[in-house]
Amino acid sequence: MGWGSASNTALGLLVPLVLALGWELAVAQGWGNGRLLPPPSRILATLWTLAKSGELTTHVLATLGRVALGFLFGVLAGTILGALTGYLTWARRLLDPMLQALRSIPSIAWVPLFILWFGIFETSKVILIAVGVFFPIYLALSGAILGVDRKLVEVGRIFRLSGVELVWRVLLPATLPSYVLALRAGLGLGWMFVVAAEFMGASEGLGFLLTDGQMTGQPQTILASIVAFAVLGKLTDGLLASLSRPLLRWQDSFKPGA
Amino acid sequence: MLRIDNLSKRYPNGTLALDGIDLEVAPGEIVGVVGGSGCGKSTLLRLIAGLEDPSAGGVSLNGTPVTAPREEIGFVFQEPRLMPWLSIRANAAFGIRHLPKAEQQARAQEALARVGLADFANAWPRELSGGMAQRAALARALVGRPSVLLLDEPFSALDALTRYDLQEHLLELWSYDRPTMVLVTHDIEEALMLSDRVVVMQPRPGRVLTVATPPLPRPRERTDPLFEDWKHRLLAELSRAFRHRPQGEEAFPAAAI
Ligand SMILES: Nc1ncnc2c1ncn2[C@@H]1O[C@H](COP(=O)(O)OP(=O)(O)O)[C@@H](O)[C@H]1O
Ligand SMILES: [Mg+2]
Repeated sequence: MGWGSASNTALGLLVPLVLALGWELAVAQGWGNGRLLPPPSRILATLWTLAKSGELTTHVLATLGRVALGFLFGVLAGTILGALTGYLTWARRLLDPMLQALRSIPSIAWVPLFILWFGIFETSKVILIAVGVFFPIYLALSGAILGVDRKLVEVGRIFRLSGVELVWRVLLPATLPSYVLALRAGLGLGWMFVVAAEFMGASEGLGFLLTDGQMTGQPQTILASIVAFAVLGKLTDGLLASLSRPLLRWQDSFKPGA
Repeated sequence: MLRIDNLSKRYPNGTLALDGIDLEVAPGEIVGVVGGSGCGKSTLLRLIAGLEDPSAGGVSLNGTPVTAPREEIGFVFQEPRLMPWLSIRANAAFGIRHLPKAEQQARAQEALARVGLADFANAWPRELSGGMAQRAALARALVGRPSVLLLDEPFSALDALTRYDLQEHLLELWSYDRPTMVLVTHDIEEALMLSDRVVVMQPRPGRVLTVATPPLPRPRERTDPLFEDWKHRLLAELSRAFRHRPQGEEAFPAAAI
């Protein structure tokens, strides 16, 4: 990381920081009423109280666990079906029309059915998240395999690569950039869908904290939960990005410090 | 001995790209194949490489038929076609994955040194100029020491200076192991600079019009009057080839001049 990247980060933080400090000051001076939009200090205090009592950990772990499981299943299904339909013409003819049709249904519309089938507990939540994660992965991988430069595949033929070698030495590296992007998009959707899943009814989780804050009229609890979502989303995305960076160094767009 | 015997290719869409090609290329010989676009030059090369199946006839190398890509047959395409995710060294070693790692490295490094890219072994393909990338592609094709090297317009995407440079370089590379070379080009000068024999093809369907053996001493000079003379002869052949075109087809391609 060079100077450029550090100062860019600082620049990006400037506006939110000024807004937060401004609001803090405004409430402290009595210019604004902090009841509906609590100042940052009160949100942080709420987070601190939740953390001290161990509640925050419980909620974070519950939500994180759901996202992790849903992400895992969504990625597995998206990868397997995306690879199949990208690689095998007959599998694409067989499966892609159906999957495309299913994709046009807003995933949240499945919620009542999932609840009927799997109850309101963990299974239906994880499945809803997995469905959200599935589509970007499926679409990106299937498309990326179809889009692999035929000319590079031909180089593989000239050097007599077997089917497995072709996958390992050409298709996999060629599709990796789109796959990584899809993983990150899928993870983002996972965080989005976990909120919907936890609205379905949950006794713990950051989404429960949101509804709880609403019921009890505590906007600071809602905002504390939102802050926690933001931090977790950013952290997990950063983790994916940094895990994949060494594999994508060859790309033009991955200039150090950019 | 590379033997092309009554070779024909009709694509599934009905195009007869090659019609009864006969050609024998001696070990170590350099044969240039010229002709305007659509003559079937690439098709011929792809059939020799075993990338396509013939509709009739066949190709054999030292008596064994070529039905699929073979280790002894190297190929250089018009574009470098390097794997963008591999370093130049790893690209050069792409075709010798069956060798032990240490030997792969040594052979790749040697091949890169021969094409003048020793200092770029750790670079990414995107960091190379077009000419350098094509050198890397040459290193990749030669690293397995093929006895036949097929080149499909390998320098046509490069600027003239780089092209001249690489043409000379190709002869130097050839001198190490003296592989049989079939060089497809639409550039008559290039064919004359490099080839022992020049095959002139005619289009629709692709056939051999003439085979010329220009008695030009090596090293060859573009400015040599005899070279000029042969250039004009072959140009005349080429325009004769294109007079075979049916009514309403494209005019004599500027690319061949
Ligand atoms: N895969 C293909 N399918 C159908 N027709 C093809 C295919 N490849 C080449 N052709 C046709 O075969 C003829 C010869 O093509 P090609 O071998 O590429 O010629 P050249 O390399 O001399 O330009 C052309 O008419 C071309 O359109
Ligand atoms: Mg061609």
